[in-house]
Amino acid sequence: MNINLTLIAQGVWFFAFVWFTSRFVWPPLMRAIEERQKKIADGLAAAEKGQLELVSAKGRVDELIDGAKRQSQDLVQSAQKRADEMVEAAKVTAQAEGERQLAAARAGIEQEIRQARETLREQVAELALAGAEQILMREIDASKHQDVLDKLGARL
Amino acid sequence: MASEHAEHVLTPTSYISHHLSFMAHPVGDTPFMSVNVDSVVMSVLLGIIGCGFMWLAGRGATASVPGKRQALVELALEFVNDQVKSIFHGNISFVAPLALTVFVWVLLMNSMDFLPVDLSAWVYKNVFGLENWRQVPTADINTTFALSLSVWLLMIFYSVKAKGLGGWIHELTCSPFGSNPVLWIPNFLFNLVEYISKPLSHSLRLYGNMYAGEIIFLLLGLWAATGPSGTFFGAILSGGWAVFHILIVALQAYIFMMLTIVYMAMAHESH
Repeated sequence: MNINLTLIAQGVWFFAFVWFTSRFVWPPLMRAIEERQKKIADGLAAAEKGQLELVSAKGRVDELIDGAKRQSQDLVQSAQKRADEMVEAAKVTAQAEGERQLAAARAGIEQEIRQARETLREQVAELALAGAEQILMREIDASKHQDVLDKLGARL
Repeated sequence: MASEHAEHVLTPTSYISHHLSFMAHPVGDTPFMSVNVDSVVMSVLLGIIGCGFMWLAGRGATASVPGKRQALVELALEFVNDQVKSIFHGNISFVAPLALTVFVWVLLMNSMDFLPVDLSAWVYKNVFGLENWRQVPTADINTTFALSLSVWLLMIFYSVKAKGLGGWIHELTCSPFGSNPVLWIPNFLFNLVEYISKPLSHSLRLYGNMYAGEIIFLLLGLWAATGPSGTFFGAILSGGWAVFHILIVALQAYIFMMLTIVYMAMAHESH
């Protein structure tokens, strides 16, 4: 257990190892660690930024969806309105058409009635004339009673 | 052991002293001029293993997902870096690698205490032909003093570097009591005590713990040789002590590193 030259030998080796470590071991490892720390910090920052962007994108998407919803509601509403209008207009048109046709039909009927009446009157006049001719042939002188016959014809 | 030295009966004394003798190789005439080959070889081997492992990890270091080896070394690196940063305020580009080297090297040297004393002694003797091979370099006071005195020299060097030679001398003579000329001598004596006690406590703490740990293993080994009950309880206690020793090995390496950082930090700070 005595102090001897080992002391100096060990001291020399100690300095050799310290020199080696500080020269070849510490710098590359520390560089790798610091680089990785930087990478991780960058990654975390990027993740945070991404999160923020996601939130804002979500807000934008919500806005877009709201707008689209409003727009589609407006569209549906205006379409409904338009349809109502079209139905209303069709009703009006149909009514007018119906009335027109009715009027035309009525006019046709009236005309026919008039015609029929005219025809009927003429035939009745002829018939009456003929009947009266038959009955009065012998006693009535056509020339004497012409004015009576004319009056009758005019009344029919 | 006994068979080769037939004249030696295996007594407790010879067992212990055999395990506690270094393989001293004389290179000169005085007792100082000899080298404990076992301590030097073991510590250098362990230093090469430790630094080499870290070097391999650092050579293929990647900033993306690290491999297992890199992760392990980075763990040690980050641990040391945090400690240094919290204690040492200034440029840590030298102190941090110094602390890492101290920690890893001392931890590896202390870890040699985990190897069973008698089994490894048998291997050293019968496989490598080495008698008296001490495998724990930190149980050699030369190693711990070499470490602490190296740190001590670095401490003085950085103290002078940080404050200038005049500043350092001023600190030696004018603190902690004051700059009155009457107090120069007490100040200097106070600082002298501090400068002497620092490397002493630094190295003796580590040496004492590792040496005592080894002695306890040897004593339990002695007990194991007394009979069946001794073997049984000695083995159990050896196991228990080995588990406890894991803590001591790591703790002493940690303390040695922390004191290194603290001494260097004190050298950097001016009063």
